[in-house]
Amino acid sequence: MLNKYPLWKYLLIVFVLGIGLLYSAPNLYRPDPAIQVSGENSGTVIDQATMTRVSAALDAAGIEHFGEAADASGKSGLVRLYDKDMQLRAQKIIQRALGDSYIVALNLASNVPDWLLAAGAQPMKLGLDLSGGVHFLLEVDTDSAIATRLEHYTTGIKKSLREEGVRGLVSLDENGVIHGKFRTEESRDQAYSLIRKNYQELQTTRDEAGSESDGFALSAIITEGKRKEIEDYAVSQNLTTLRNRVNELGVSEPLVQRQGRNRIVVELPGIQDTAEAKRILGKTANLEFRLEARFDAAPGDREQFEFRNPGNGEPNAWLEREVVITGEQVANAQASFDENGRPQVNITLDSEGGTLMHRVTRHNINRRLGVLFIERKSRTRYERDEAGVEQAIRIPYDEKKIISLATIKDALGVQFRITGLDNPGEAPELALLLRAGALAAPIDFVEERTVGPSLGAENIAAGLKSVQIGLGMVALFMLVYYRLFGGIAVLALGANLVLLVGCMSILGATLTLPGIAGIVLTVGMAVDANVLIFSRIREELASGTSPQHAIDQGYGRAFVTIMDANITTLLVAVILYAIGTGPVKGFAVTLSLGIVTSMFTAIMGTRAIVNLIYGGRRVEKLSI
Amino acid sequence: MTESPKIIKFMALRKVATFLSAALVLASIIELGFNGLNFGLDFTGGTLIEVMYEDAPKLEDVRSELSAAGYESAVVVNFGSDTDVLVRLPQGMTPKLGEQVLGVLQESSASHVELQRIEFVGPQVGEELREQGGMAVLMALIVVLIYVAMRFQLKFAVGAVVALAHDVVITVGMFSLVGWDFDLTVLAALLAVIGYSLNDSIVVADRIRENLLKLRGHTTEEVINISLTETLGRTLITSGTTLLVLVALALVGGDMIHSFALALLIGIGVGTYSSIYVVASLLVSMKITPEDLIVLEKEDGKIDDLP
Repeated sequence: MLNKYPLWKYLLIVFVLGIGLLYSAPNLYRPDPAIQVSGENSGTVIDQATMTRVSAALDAAGIEHFGEAADASGKSGLVRLYDKDMQLRAQKIIQRALGDSYIVALNLASNVPDWLLAAGAQPMKLGLDLSGGVHFLLEVDTDSAIATRLEHYTTGIKKSLREEGVRGLVSLDENGVIHGKFRTEESRDQAYSLIRKNYQELQTTRDEAGSESDGFALSAIITEGKRKEIEDYAVSQNLTTLRNRVNELGVSEPLVQRQGRNRIVVELPGIQDTAEAKRILGKTANLEFRLEARFDAAPGDREQFEFRNPGNGEPNAWLEREVVITGEQVANAQASFDENGRPQVNITLDSEGGTLMHRVTRHNINRRLGVLFIERKSRTRYERDEAGVEQAIRIPYDEKKIISLATIKDALGVQFRITGLDNPGEAPELALLLRAGALAAPIDFVEERTVGPSLGAENIAAGLKSVQIGLGMVALFMLVYYRLFGGIAVLALGANLVLLVGCMSILGATLTLPGIAGIVLTVGMAVDANVLIFSRIREELASGTSPQHAIDQGYGRAFVTIMDANITTLLVAVILYAIGTGPVKGFAVTLSLGIVTSMFTAIMGTRAIVNLIYGGRRVEKLSI
Repeated sequence: MTESPKIIKFMALRKVATFLSAALVLASIIELGFNGLNFGLDFTGGTLIEVMYEDAPKLEDVRSELSAAGYESAVVVNFGSDTDVLVRLPQGMTPKLGEQVLGVLQESSASHVELQRIEFVGPQVGEELREQGGMAVLMALIVVLIYVAMRFQLKFAVGAVVALAHDVVITVGMFSLVGWDFDLTVLAALLAVIGYSLNDSIVVADRIRENLLKLRGHTTEEVINISLTETLGRTLITSGTTLLVLVALALVGGDMIHSFALALLIGIGVGTYSSIYVVASLLVSMKITPEDLIVLEKEDGKIDDLP
């Protein structure tokens, strides 16, 4: 019998639609504007008492609020507001009430019921153009990181040639090529094999002598692999540092991500104060290496510092005021294991740092060397200006804490290691802090986009309206032109929207304004498949085919055309995704998902309904 | 309508259509050559500040305030409504510029000024985006050429790609003529035009292929006329529904996707025409014959009754 679907096909369609409904459902629950409170360091506990203080402060200011709750872990708390416009004021008031040891961030509190969350259903994230916020693109100056490294190599080569008694002239030119000039061929070859042996990351070549007076020359350049490694290192180090700093800004869902070879994207939803954000992102943390003060040191020569992670030992220690080297001289720090399998951190300094370190440590063996981690923080003071309005004044200060205090076993040079760590987890953390303190390469802001919250809301409203109007017009047209079949196509179109939104939610795709445009465009294009099928059916009917056969032939013939047409469009969408950035990517995602879901609903979905209505019986006339 | 047996003689107007297309493409290229594109911030780099005034300001006042503060090169225009003001500054300035200009505007205005958005694009980023954009269009065309050549035949592929290039050039030409901003979203729209117009061309090409093999004894021109007539209904309906939606998008979609919708409107309008005339008349010029398709006959049988 023609036009009957096996049961499993119906079940499949119902199943897919069910999943689509389930995962698109969370988008129907609008989140409440909220303020999130958390401690500045992990020691601060947020409990009911904290939330009561928050409540009291908001009550005093006359801001209506509800649903104050502290997280069970004690790490954060949330208070919901009725009015989005009150969010910024509420943030200031709560910050004032709690003080600087708390991070007070704008947030959106989800209203999605627990059973949906338990199924893993999450609403779509909104892009910055819809939610408001700041987008920064930062560029890491990897060239300067490479230049520093090259200088380090040049000094190293000079030193090892001197130690081996090879006489020659070594210099670095502005193109990053290390040149060596030698009187005799023999010393040139000696230097050549020495560099080859000790510096495998350099590509060394013997140069043809131009004339007799030039002597014998060689040149070395950094290998492509090593260059990439240095770049990767500089970028990933900056990434870590930026993540730490972004946390300080108090944004609920920040994004810090590498983009391309040497760029970093930072997206901060909800942030309005771009100047403040830039100041914090662009600041430098630093390190200081200082010797531990002797017991008999004069009070003016010593300083007491706390440990950053006080373990079982002493909470603080006395260090000398004099600084041996700073973080600027740290080239690299990596966690590894020593020959006995115990954790250690390997530190590489630049040549200047190595010389200084050697000079100081060689006379101070068996004393302890401390590493201070310096962070620029700020505390807020409240003052009344002439008009009597209270102003928040931020006063920056440096916070210095000890991250390592280890005994010097030997004179230290360019490379040394810190051992005697308590547990293996400590080594990577120390390495991370050392690297975070030493910003490997400077960063620049190359792109910035700030979208105000009201513009974001306007964009959402406009987008929704155009989806509604577009869908309405298309639906009306289809109903008039294809009658019952048109109605079926409109149902499929609705199902397509549900599936599209469901897929985007499952994939965790971010909805942007171009993304909405993509959805609107999909609405227009998704009916294409049905138009193709229906006009085929009409053609078949016109040529005298029986209705049942016409349906079958119409779907069958149109299928190849639809496939070809959609695959080519999909190819273009994939290219868009691969090459485009930001907004273009968002558009590409919705377009390609829309193509896939529309194929399912427009072909299989409509066929199922058509079969249910017409299948398995004698039909004289189709409503098409 | 597709039911009517009357065949429209599309190809009788082939020469006129070819002349029209060639003239439009040429005019677009000349227009582009002389006036170029009004590249948006994404491609030129620079700073853009959009603010909302409580009461509509006089643009001359805003301009004079800004030039008094040292920003002589600022371009000040209304954006969407008369309370919404867009200030654009050329590149070569610092990333901090946005906040400074905002400060000037807020200080000098009696009414409340609210920040809508600030965009800063470094010169290098602008250049890269330009290059990437050009690459994306080229890549799209090449991939399409390969796919269609594989699925159909080289003559169809050439027809489809020429039609796409035709659509893109004319759309870009229109942007140059009217002087609309050409930014990243417009580029995305162009790529969507490629996808869409391709869809159209493929549907037409598919029918021509089918009829070439089925209707032996007709001349190529007749077969193409029959195929175009058969698909005309579908072409007009699909383009019609899409254009309906795009008009909605252009009218109520908000200012930020206005130029996106415009680019698609033009592109899809031109694309509908090109799928009828450019692809088909190129196939006639290249003298497509049923023999060109013999190899593919077998391949088609495999995917027949999938749905």
